[in-house]
This record gives sequence, C-alpha cells and structure tokens, in this order.
Amino acid sequence: MAPKTRNPDLIRGIGKYSRSKMYHKRGLWAIKEKHGGKFPHHDPKPKPDVAAEKPPKFYPADDVKKPLVNKRKPKPTKLRSSITPGTVLIILTGRFKGKRVVFLKQLLSGLLLITGPFKINGVPLRRVNQSYVIATSTKVDISGVSVDKFDDKYFAKKAEKKKKKGEGEFFESEKVENILPQEKKDDQKSVDAALIKSIEGVCDLKTYLGARFSLKSGMKPHELVF
Amino acid sequence: MPFKRYVEIGRVALVNYGKEYGRLVVIVDVIDQNRALVDAPDMVRTQMNFKRLSLTDIKIDIKRIPKKKALIQAMQEADVQGKWEKSSWGRKLIVQKKRASLNDFDRFKLMLAKIKRGGLIRQELAKLKESAA
Repeated sequence: MAPKTRNPDLIRGIGKYSRSKMYHKRGLWAIKEKHGGKFPHHDPKPKPDVAAEKPPKFYPADDVKKPLVNKRKPKPTKLRSSITPGTVLIILTGRFKGKRVVFLKQLLSGLLLITGPFKINGVPLRRVNQSYVIATSTKVDISGVSVDKFDDKYFAKKAEKKKKKGEGEFFESEKVENILPQEKKDDQKSVDAALIKSIEGVCDLKTYLGARFSLKSGMKPHELVF
Repeated sequence: MPFKRYVEIGRVALVNYGKEYGRLVVIVDVIDQNRALVDAPDMVRTQMNFKRLSLTDIKIDIKRIPKKKALIQAMQEADVQGKWEKSSWGRKLIVQKKRASLNDFDRFKLMLAKIKRGGLIRQELAKLKESAA
C-alpha cells in the first residue's frame, strides 16, 4: 500500500500545499513543543570497529565481471484446483500409464503422493508429477488415512558407497540388494487398509480402480468430461 | 411431400446456431423475409434469422407479440416443455446431453452395465434356441 500523503497532487510534480503549510500539517511544531523547542535527535549508535581491510595480494590483469545479483525464490508448485486429497487420478506416463490411482497429498517438492491401492491395481506408494496426470471428478473418502510420515526424504534413493574398481573387479559386477525393506511394505499396508474399506463402500469403485484407462474409438479427449 | 411445419406466430423452434444454441423459443412475430422476432420465458425478446431456427411440431396459441406473462401462461397451458421432452427429437437431445456429461467413472459403470445386459440377452437367446431345436 502506498503511504498516505497529506499533500495531494494538483498536477504531477505540484502539490496542493506549500512548504510552510505542510510543516504545519505534519505537526512538526507540536513535536518540537513536546521535546522542548528542538526536534528529537538520536545520536547514531556506535558502530563496532571494523577490522582494517588488507589490500589484496593479487589484482587480475583484466577487469573481472561480477555476476548480476539474483534474488529469485522459487514458488511452491501450484496444485490444480481439480486435485484434492482423495481424487482418483489417471496416470499418463511411465510403467503405470492408464492406471487409475488415489491421490493422497502434495509433497514439499511439488510432486503428488499417490497409492493404487497396491492390492487393487499394483501401484505402490509413489510420487508422480502433476503434469502427467488427469484428474477425474471421482473422489474417495480419505479421512481414515494418516499420510503425515511421508515426505520426499522417504522416497530418496539410498546413497551408494563408491568403490574404486580394480582391474579384476571390472568383470565381477556386485549384486545390488534391491529388496524392498519390510518397513515400507508395512507402511503400504497401513495406508491401504483404511482406503480399501472406503473404496469397497462404493459400488464398482474397486473394479474401476483395477482397470486401466484407454481411449476408445470415437472418444474425443477435448470433449470428454473426466 | 408438402410442408407440415410452418413459420407462424406461436410456432416453437429450436435454436441451432449462435449464443442461444439449444434453446427452445417461440416465434412471436415475423420481421421480414429472413428474420423473426423470437421469445422464451427466460430470455430477452430478440430477432433471429430463420436460418438459425429449426422448426418443431409444437405450436401454441398466442396473439402477435404477447406480453411476457401472457407468453408464459400460454406455454404452460400448451405444456410445451412436457411435449418437447416426450417427443423423440427432444428425448434424443436429452440423451446426448447426458452422455456428454458422463464422468470417467460413469462411463466405466455404463460399460459394465452394457456387458451385463449383453450377457443376459445372449442367455435368453441360447434358451430360445435350445427350445426351438
């Protein structure tokens, strides 16, 4: 908001009131009276002593250009208004393309946390980008599910220890243990338990989530209501 | 062979082009060779080219350019909306609108229902074939 001016413009550059009138309007006379004839003046705070700057050891031959100041802060990803917790989404890319899936929440990175549920269509707790998803208008009741423990760190890849390979080891590839830890399996089960109950409450919703979406002959995506 | 639906005062028509697409209107006056004055209960009376109108079978009994109240009353007495919704043309339009507004889940349920119906039909047919054979 622009600060309130006591001196409206007659024309740009010319105010309505003169200097003396403005002095009176601002009440500087009253402030002076209050403080015994003088305008209150605060001495500047003593600045801490700055260590004397040493002259640099090295001056570059040509002028070095400084990069411009960048004060940009990335904004949090805006979630489409059609996507609310419990919305059924259709995934469009990746190994789960066409699968209808339940949206749980948006993570800090902007990605959407979804789950199949796993028992119904084989989609685990997973992150998905908003752009690769169609939001349908079907909503599932998600109130029995607690999603607080899931964040981006939960899905981060485990940092592998880098080993320097000697000559002999080039031919022996290490078997990477890639079994899903039991903890993640339990998380999946606990999230899905409440979800599956509310899904089974709606007729045909379970088979709906188990089926893949595909465009059939005559379907025009720009005319379809999702 | 001869025409059955005439442009006359009181003829109910369907708008087939423009902003008022899909609305049922009543021809309330004829302006000239190409245009008619047209009115509906929830619309401001306007002129429209005949090319934008598709005439229906329904006709109501009104005088030239009736007041809005008189028009609404005449339409109620003739039960225009009811006759329209019972006519095959009207029913087709309603079905088209319903199909266009189906949600993805609705389309899925529709597919299941069609499969079920087909199954029942085939069962009955098989029974009939057996009894005939």
